[in-house]
Amino acid sequence: MSLSSLSPLGKALLFILMFLSTSFVVRAEGDVFAQSLNKLAQGGMQEREQAMLEMAETKHARSLLVLQALLDGKLLSLKSDGKLVIGVEQAEGYQLKDALTDSDLGLVERSNVAKITMTNKLRGTLRKALGQLELSAENPEIRLAAVKAMAKDADAKDIELLKNRLNQEPNVKVKEAIETLLLLDNMRSTDRELRLHALQALQALDNVEVVNRLETMLEKDADGNFLESDLEIRQKAELALKKIGQRKQVYSAIETLFFGLSLGAVLVLAAIGLAITFGVMGVINMAHGELMMLGAYTTYVIQQLMPNHLGWSLLLAIPSAFVIAGLTGIAIERGIIRFLYGRPLETLLATFGVSLFLQQTVRSIFSPLNRSVATPEWMSGSWQYNEFLSITWNRLYILIFCLVVFVLLLELLKRTRLGLEVRAVAQNRTMAKAIGIPTARVDALTFGLGSGIAGVAGVALSQITNVGPNLGQAYIVDSFMVVVFGGVGNLFGTLVAGFSLGIANKFLEPYAGAVLAKILVLVFIILFIQKRPRGLFPQKGRAAEA
Amino acid sequence: MSQPAVMGQSYLDVGGSRAIHDNSLDVSHGPVLYLEGVSVSFDGFKALNNLSMYIDAGELRCVIGPNGAGKTTLMDVITGKTRPDSGLVYFGQTIDLLDMDEPAIAQVGIGRKFQKPSVFDALTVYENLELALKTEKGAWRTLFHRLSGEQQSRIEQVLETIHLQELRRQYAGILSHGQKQWLEIGMLLMQEPKVMLVDEPIAGMTHQEIERTAELLLSLQGERSLVVVEHDMEFVRSIARRVTVLHEGSVLTEGSMDEVQNDPRVIQVYLGG
Amino acid sequence: MRIAQLTQDKTGATVLGVLSAVTLIIPLFNLLFPVDSFLHFSAYTVSLLGKYLTFALLALSLDLVWGYAGILALGQGAFFALGGYAMGMYLMRQIGALGVYGNPLLPDFMVFLNWQELPWYWHGFDHFGFALLMVLLVPGTLAFVFGWLAFRSRVTGVYLSIITQALTYALLLAFFRNEMGFGGNNGLTDFKTLLGFNIQSEGTRSVLFLLSGLSLIGAYLLSQWIVSSKLGRVVTAIRDQEARVRFLGYRVEMFKLWIFVYAAMLSGIAGALYVPQVGIINPSEFSPLNSLEIVIWVAVGGRGTLYGAIIGAVLVNYAKTVLTGLLPEIWLFSLGAIFVIVTLWLPKGVVGLWQSRLQERAA
Repeated sequence: MSLSSLSPLGKALLFILMFLSTSFVVRAEGDVFAQSLNKLAQGGMQEREQAMLEMAETKHARSLLVLQALLDGKLLSLKSDGKLVIGVEQAEGYQLKDALTDSDLGLVERSNVAKITMTNKLRGTLRKALGQLELSAENPEIRLAAVKAMAKDADAKDIELLKNRLNQEPNVKVKEAIETLLLLDNMRSTDRELRLHALQALQALDNVEVVNRLETMLEKDADGNFLESDLEIRQKAELALKKIGQRKQVYSAIETLFFGLSLGAVLVLAAIGLAITFGVMGVINMAHGELMMLGAYTTYVIQQLMPNHLGWSLLLAIPSAFVIAGLTGIAIERGIIRFLYGRPLETLLATFGVSLFLQQTVRSIFSPLNRSVATPEWMSGSWQYNEFLSITWNRLYILIFCLVVFVLLLELLKRTRLGLEVRAVAQNRTMAKAIGIPTARVDALTFGLGSGIAGVAGVALSQITNVGPNLGQAYIVDSFMVVVFGGVGNLFGTLVAGFSLGIANKFLEPYAGAVLAKILVLVFIILFIQKRPRGLFPQKGRAAEA
Repeated sequence: MSQPAVMGQSYLDVGGSRAIHDNSLDVSHGPVLYLEGVSVSFDGFKALNNLSMYIDAGELRCVIGPNGAGKTTLMDVITGKTRPDSGLVYFGQTIDLLDMDEPAIAQVGIGRKFQKPSVFDALTVYENLELALKTEKGAWRTLFHRLSGEQQSRIEQVLETIHLQELRRQYAGILSHGQKQWLEIGMLLMQEPKVMLVDEPIAGMTHQEIERTAELLLSLQGERSLVVVEHDMEFVRSIARRVTVLHEGSVLTEGSMDEVQNDPRVIQVYLGG
Repeated sequence: MRIAQLTQDKTGATVLGVLSAVTLIIPLFNLLFPVDSFLHFSAYTVSLLGKYLTFALLALSLDLVWGYAGILALGQGAFFALGGYAMGMYLMRQIGALGVYGNPLLPDFMVFLNWQELPWYWHGFDHFGFALLMVLLVPGTLAFVFGWLAFRSRVTGVYLSIITQALTYALLLAFFRNEMGFGGNNGLTDFKTLLGFNIQSEGTRSVLFLLSGLSLIGAYLLSQWIVSSKLGRVVTAIRDQEARVRFLGYRVEMFKLWIFVYAAMLSGIAGALYVPQVGIINPSEFSPLNSLEIVIWVAVGGRGTLYGAIIGAVLVNYAKTVLTGLLPEIWLFSLGAIFVIVTLWLPKGVVGLWQSRLQERAA
């Protein structure tokens, strides 16, 4: 299980547990650490070396910090009492912290401290000790970083260290990194068999470093000779590169597919509310985009109200946006649209007026500037499958969110009384009225539902784009295209259309550029509608003929 | 020659002439309109089911049948509004109506009066007739079109036939239901079609108007072919020589009014059995 | 043109009279009276009124399409912008070596983008006649291709509205791209001369104003003739009962196409007159909002009357000038309110309102 998939609360609990468990060990090792620190400050070169190794062995929480500081030349001793401190150089002097306790010692002039001097030999030992320390660190990410750092210029000592570590390494990723590094090191060997063997293993790895190394082998030097003189190895390297390249292509296709799906998810979220108001009710709601904008601003406001609980504020924003946009929608329906049923073009114009009104309202309240809505930690960053494929969390969450909203909506239409009434009115208004369905109330609620979903879509949008008064306008044409492309009155059509347009857009982008891709998709839809005016999944039957 | 086709036997010579688009009407074999094996389905519902029917040149044919028997769909297929899933529809021997769209079919000589009177409310009675006038119907021609003396007198003539002379400058929107029916019949006359498809012509008419309509329709036969769909049995009896009964998308029976009315199948269909 | 028929409609005759008077008086006064006279119109006023006239022409073109043929085109602004770009290209070529970079052939923005050659589609635009031809042909061709595809496949109603909107949106995105070679975001501007006349000079402005007025009057008379021809009646019939017209033997798509292309060309002319008077054309003219504004001009005036479109365009734009001058925030609120009010309570626009008042008084 990854950390990022935990809820904020879960993470807090985990953190407290970890803190409690480590604090006991710290005390026992504390004394050894302090002694070593002392030796480091006062002893000769010999003692210093010993102190470093000791320190590395204690695995004290601060050893890594202190040793790193020593290597970076930031470990200083105070001239007054010889105390070891870690200093950050600033214009006026050094900002100091106690090496042992981490307590802040304030700003000190340059002349009051002395650097701990190092020899090259010491530095070598230190680096090794550090590497060892990092390699056995508690946190696998530090271990991984250590391996990666070593990869740059691994010497025999490092290799020895890594080989030792390999067997006891519990983390798969770290293990893989070590193996990769060892294989790459094997390539440097003079043993041809070993190299060929290593090449064989390398071609299964998805690693940028491996690709770089293999590519270097195939380069020529200034005299036109290959850097790698052995022909068979060169051929093998070429083959390996090809194999890795093929996989890389697959991964990049998967990545594009994912980007397409996530764009599609946004389109579906934006269009699905419209599919209800347009598809079920035959109402063209040009203010749909502005209802999304309201949802996004709702997220912004709630975040402003509870700035310290990003995750909670986002969760709270979902129902709030639904209610606010939904109520606005009901107001629009009751105030304007109900007078215009059966006159779709007039509805289009009137709701466009509403959209201008909403835009300007938001502009007057929140200023015309874009507002940025923060993304909670568990939604930022990305999930790295390997070096060629990573998936950003926020887009993945939106994809999941979109599907959840879609399923909920379908269930609502399928299983609830309101859903039944909505479908009845959509199929035959007169008949529905005749059997006693309160069509006016159903209309208002349907419109409210569609608008509420627009609001929810706005919450999702706030996570991937800036929130501004023009947010809605940017999506209105797209969402109409999705609904029309999918076939009016068909929610599944909307889903399929949204995803296929998203994917098409993203696959076109590398060839045509983002804007041209969008234009191409628009032109495609324009042509498509002319070929099949009723979209991908047209409503069937005699009623559709009228 | 207007019996339903016997299995495997066709009255239609479609051999080599099919691809040739000859707009001259060939009625040398008798029928002016051929429908063979026509099927139309809407979402599984068979509106027309392997229907075959022949209308002779100059004939006045009445089509009756209960609701949902496929009467209006039949007209939709002939006029190009609905494409059948299978079957043949020919105008004369040579003109394949399934290859043509609505305006082409109208121009070749098949006119239609709709069940619901659909005149142009925003135009005057006179202008409605002018639009229906048989003439060149391209956009540029229409732009520069001026009524010739002959065409004007033709409109006058029709105005007289449909008894709307006094209302010629009035917008069609203000006419009564019966007057709209007449105007639409007048528009059909203006088109001078060879085949007239008349869907429920007397709905909303007074008794007197009904009589005049019957007279008019009878006076047209011979010169033109007429297919009249009507529910009013008395009216059908007053005009019909031959009656076709449709049921569930196929021809149930065909014959004189008396024959048809005494057919036990027809009785069963109408009374429900 | 049957004058008798024209004068039958008093409102139309009045609008035409006022239009002719304004068209002639403003340039004439500017010619006769010295600059400091109160009868002398400032360059700003002349340009502003000239702009209204081009908008009125644009509204007139939309009224043909919407009011008569029943096609609610949400992309009429695209044809206006294309006509404007065609004129803008001519004006850019006229700048020649007077530009900032002094390149005699390439417009400044191309030099800035390090382009070495004039793109092929910029050739010919140094000839005024060619540019004028393009003002008609480019919008006309686009309308023809688009309309042919759309009308033939019987896309109607809101679907058609939405794809016309998509069309102008696609063009908006396209013209924003620098690679398109139309100046990208900034569009075409910094014009110097038109047929050798200084474009900033008061004389040129008066002439442009006069031309705008004459074009509007000409377009109005021609359009009035068209809508009162038999073609006009067929188009009206299509608006009310499209399917029925087909059964009379008319190719509905051809009539729609005819009127759509004609209207697109009128829009192109309007755009071509607009650009030299405001001195700039940029992609924002393609924005869907602009096209929707045109719809509201026509709706406010009263559709299906031609003169209603002219009245509406002038009224709404005057309101826009005044309100944005007073308090910019108010304008969008007002525009939004106009959309709602007109659709709910004024389906026939101010012309309809006025005429029903007249009838009440007569009764």
